[in-house]
Amino acid sequence: MIEVLSTGALNTVQDRGRFGFLNVGVAQSGAMDSSALAVGNILLGNPVTFAGLEIAMYPFKVKFLDTHVFAVVGAHCRMTLAGAPIPPQWICHAKPGDTLVIEAPVKGVRSYICFAGGLDVPTVMGSRSTDLKSALGGLEGRGLKRGDTLAVLAAPALLAKGGVTAPSSVSLSAAQIRVTAASEHGEFDNETAAMFFSSDWKVTQESNRMGIRLAGPILTPRRKIEMLSHGILPGTVQVPPSGQPIVQMADANTCGGYPKIANVIDADIGRLAQLPVGASFRFIHVTHDEAVQAQINIEDALDRLRSVVDAGDNAIRKFEE
Amino acid sequence: MPNLNIEPALSVAGTRGIFLNAAEAQFDSRVQRKILALASMVTELPFVSEVVPGVNSLLVVYESRKQGAITLMKQLSQLWVEAPDTEIEGRVFEIPVFYGGARGEDLADCAVHCGVSIEEFVRIHSEGEYRVACLGAMPGFPYLTGLDSRLTIARRSTPRLSLVGGSVTIGGSHAGVTPCTAPSGWHVIGHTDTPLFDSSAAVAALLKPGDRIRFVSKGIES
Repeated sequence: MIEVLSTGALNTVQDRGRFGFLNVGVAQSGAMDSSALAVGNILLGNPVTFAGLEIAMYPFKVKFLDTHVFAVVGAHCRMTLAGAPIPPQWICHAKPGDTLVIEAPVKGVRSYICFAGGLDVPTVMGSRSTDLKSALGGLEGRGLKRGDTLAVLAAPALLAKGGVTAPSSVSLSAAQIRVTAASEHGEFDNETAAMFFSSDWKVTQESNRMGIRLAGPILTPRRKIEMLSHGILPGTVQVPPSGQPIVQMADANTCGGYPKIANVIDADIGRLAQLPVGASFRFIHVTHDEAVQAQINIEDALDRLRSVVDAGDNAIRKFEE
Repeated sequence: MPNLNIEPALSVAGTRGIFLNAAEAQFDSRVQRKILALASMVTELPFVSEVVPGVNSLLVVYESRKQGAITLMKQLSQLWVEAPDTEIEGRVFEIPVFYGGARGEDLADCAVHCGVSIEEFVRIHSEGEYRVACLGAMPGFPYLTGLDSRLTIARRSTPRLSLVGGSVTIGGSHAGVTPCTAPSGWHVIGHTDTPLFDSSAAVAALLKPGDRIRFVSKGIES
């Protein structure tokens, strides 16, 4: 068991997501930076489907009530366990009574605490992810609050020690977010389309797990577009009447009615999720083939990470025999 | 009936989606029948993971690592031609509605806007037969078509930040019933106790596209 000592209401239980129910209006949800959660799970020998904590409000403090093995991946934060600094992407062993403290990030936004065995909250429609908008899944469909206790499922003993370098979504320099063109991109004239790619877009305060709202030049289509409601996926860049784009994220509505100028490629959704309020970035146009290849590269890197961790674990087992 | 000569627009919707848009300016019930027929055909295709009907459109989510976008688009074009637009029977659901009152506070304004009495407004709304075009926006929310054109009202200029679940609503030319508490720009004319969504049930959403809905008046509250 773990006990939350200090948190914000937007910190939630998340796994990879709730798939297969867009047609009944249920959002995908899941970790905003899904590869960070995957790295944490792989490092601990967990399947990538296991649930961890997504931390977006700091400082976050949690007390371990039992012996637990955990790892923190994602935003770059100062962290301590029982008062001693711990590195990110590192297999950490907590004793009963130890407190983990995660301070506000120096880079990035979202941290993922993964536990060997994964968090034990009820599975709702195939997932443990919290959908805050629909009050579904996670811990009673809500964000964490002080005093919450969460159970961790039993896990086989993990012998591997130390940490790994792994692909990260946290941008160290000015970010570029790759997009493919979306169905209504032709409704914007060449000048507006050029502006979309040549302008700096700023992440605004009104951003959350449903969508990242951007500030920049006003994008106006050639004519007023009213669309009938249609299915959309996370990553969809909509242009509402205000002309300020909204990128739909994990908890997005399954249906939208605004024209869509672009789609952030799957490989870059986590990178966008790691940009703090006030950060600027540019959109870069890529082909659909490039978008698919970028995702394959991430999945392959995660597969390689899994082999490295497994090899390390096996080596220790052999040595100890 | 003449053939439906609509060439849907196909486009890539990000890394793992294809968007088929057959929408014109106004909703077309024949197009929607074709969309729903297409949806069930597409579910059978290899590498397709989710099929999401919209209003006169279809979003197909697929495993883009295993299937080319062009191949899938060709399959969709072909299936669109084959998809029947024949009327389907659909299941019939009766939804009891308590009109007006605190949980239907836009009823009087809507009646004034439409130039009819409150009783007449309720009669027209409850005599209509509605069809579920698709589900979306929130868990189990049905986009209902078939609203009498006399009751069409543009959405509220200022959406409510929170509208309680079970609200019976009108937005533009659509009727709706909200399964859960959520923000809404639609007008609320009454409420129902019929639950539309239960995440713990084997089938979470009560309704599915193609179902028919009748609203049964349980009275008008002032």
